[in-house]
Amino acid sequence: MSSQAMLESAAAVRGPLALSAEGLGKDFRLGRGQVLHAARDVSISLYRGAVVALVGESGSGKSTVARLLAGQERPTAGTIRLDDKLVHLSGRRAFRRYKSEVQLVFQDPFASLNPAHTVRYHIERPLHLHRHSLSGEQVHEQAAALMEQVRLSPADKYLTKYPHELSGGQRQRVSFARALAADPSVLLADEPVSMLDVSIRLEMLSLLDDLRTRFQLAMLYITHDIASARYFADEVLVMYAGQIVERGPAESVTQQPAHPYTQLLVSSAPDPDNLGGALRNRPKRTLSNGNEAVGASAASSPAVGCSFSQRCPFADDRCRAEAPALLQVSPSRAAACWRLDVAAPSVYAGREGGGDVTT
Amino acid sequence: MTTDLGRPVPGLADPGRGRRLSGEPVLSIRDLSIVYRTLAGDVRAVDDVSLDLHPGEIVGLVGESGSGKSTLAYGATRLLRAPAVITNGSVRYAGRRLTTPTDVLQLTTDQLTKLRWREIAIVFQSAMNALNPVLSVHDQLTDVIRAHLEVSRRDATSKAAGLLDLVGIPRTRLRSYPHELSGGMRQRVMIAMALATDPEVVIMDEPTTALDVVVQREILGQILDLKDSLGFAILFITHDLSLLLELADRIAVMYAGQLMEVGTAVEIHHEPAHPYTKRLLRSFPSLRGPRRELTGIPGTPPDLLDPPPGCPFLPRCTEGTDACTKIEVRLARVRTSADPDHLTACPFVLPDPELPDSLRMSGAEPAVIAAASQPNAEELKP
Repeated sequence: MSSQAMLESAAAVRGPLALSAEGLGKDFRLGRGQVLHAARDVSISLYRGAVVALVGESGSGKSTVARLLAGQERPTAGTIRLDDKLVHLSGRRAFRRYKSEVQLVFQDPFASLNPAHTVRYHIERPLHLHRHSLSGEQVHEQAAALMEQVRLSPADKYLTKYPHELSGGQRQRVSFARALAADPSVLLADEPVSMLDVSIRLEMLSLLDDLRTRFQLAMLYITHDIASARYFADEVLVMYAGQIVERGPAESVTQQPAHPYTQLLVSSAPDPDNLGGALRNRPKRTLSNGNEAVGASAASSPAVGCSFSQRCPFADDRCRAEAPALLQVSPSRAAACWRLDVAAPSVYAGREGGGDVTT
Repeated sequence: MTTDLGRPVPGLADPGRGRRLSGEPVLSIRDLSIVYRTLAGDVRAVDDVSLDLHPGEIVGLVGESGSGKSTLAYGATRLLRAPAVITNGSVRYAGRRLTTPTDVLQLTTDQLTKLRWREIAIVFQSAMNALNPVLSVHDQLTDVIRAHLEVSRRDATSKAAGLLDLVGIPRTRLRSYPHELSGGMRQRVMIAMALATDPEVVIMDEPTTALDVVVQREILGQILDLKDSLGFAILFITHDLSLLLELADRIAVMYAGQLMEVGTAVEIHHEPAHPYTKRLLRSFPSLRGPRRELTGIPGTPPDLLDPPPGCPFLPRCTEGTDACTKIEVRLARVRTSADPDHLTACPFVLPDPELPDSLRMSGAEPAVIAAASQPNAEELKP
């Protein structure tokens, strides 16, 4: 998409481009000729030392994108480039080489560690697999060093433990250490803190922030918590029904959301300063035809038109007939909406280059 | 806040919120202690907790996992099984339908069956696990209705349909099975089931934690509407303090099996007294307003098998002193607060502008007025 190509990412100031995806798509065949478009035309650029947040509801396709970028799934459309080289994941060797650069951290630290193995096994296995030049002694040293990096010290005390002996936060630290063991340039974190207690989440995010700076990691932070994206990310991409509907610098997207869906997400976050006013005076939404109009999954969105049109208060006939493309509204922001002039007049008015969208 | 979706103007929409302490509490938990008997010893999951719930009130119970908040709620309704043992306390229930108040902990099994659901209902966290996968929505709802109310099959069906209306699910969904419903709908069915017998107390254990933010918001709004029209009281358990600040009338902050602070949502938000509450408030990123400095709470909660002496929060507290190892954790009135019901377990409430720093940190003067009934008042003095 040309508008995306011209967009300056807010993450680009941090460092060189590491991983980029262009027009990425993934279809799942459901049988009976039905196809689920889990991801459609997704373009993402990850820069060294920068965090890009991918925000959306469950079913919006966030994790599919992570799995595509991690090479766990093969895309049905689009290309992935690592350090400006086209990625071909044919064969084990190519896959392993790719994995040593691009690592994935999962949401659930209880399920992602093998209960039958010690922490040492989890950390040393990727060291053996990806860093062949290390001697046995060096592997031990590296494992201990990694434990210190994720602030699990003394390392020896934790290396001999089994996952069930660790708290959720400690397990997630082990997951981070395991991902870093391959010495990657890209870290894809799929809801890394959402299973953890509120009081521990912040510590984990500050640890990730620290690791990002120290290792110059290009990081994709997947979350449904747009507030944490505001604090943690440089650029925010908002995903709905498999597509990116808005992108831009974290602060401006969260403070001046342009797309009606982003506005809904932002207004749904708890607002302690409003003390119940918003909850009690919320607009009553009518439930249509027995289905909850809610649900950002690709499966529940209409086949034609804008996928958000059923829930959108601004939708008109055009929205229901024709899918909007990302429209650039500033050098670093874009939103896929036909009715930006009504939905977000202030953002729309500030767009550069004029050009009436309705033509 | 300037979203273009037409959000209402911010402001105190409900000035009466958090001021419903007049009258008899409908549920009164007193000195409740619950231990888990393990081979390694007793785990003190709930330690001497007292908490009141007034008619039509939402009390939020907030704490980290393992803080004992669910154990407290399930203990108060006697839903716990061995190895959990209630070692002390009373739970007084005074519903309108009862002629005299009753102690839930003293009831026989038969009496308990009558009390549960009819008087006190629970909405569990995981709607997928709490609903029976092989029964339709209709069968689950009528099952509850006919078990607790003496009504005909036909009346039970029409009542079930009315309950779905109440929570905004179309009646055609009566024939659906749980797997055919979205997560939000399942949770709504759970709420409908809890309200089936018009209970006076509804305990909600993280009812929206597994849901997306947008759905969560819808359901919370609906819970508020239902509470306003039906008049039940809610004990709302969650680990998300930001949610409670908006939803609850009063908030009880729990840590390591003990209450650290109790106050109205406004007090907890604007004048938190306990260091743990203060740290909790600085643990979640805010979407609105200027970016705040976030600190989180380094460290982990203590091992309840062998809790440290004194304040359980001391190892993670930045304001702690040696005196904190000697205090007995007990709620007492916050001296700086105008509200006599704003209670904290920290005797060294900070910040207090009248107290010079040197005095504050040495704990020379207890900053709370210990209630007369509390024998440890002397111990707090240097």
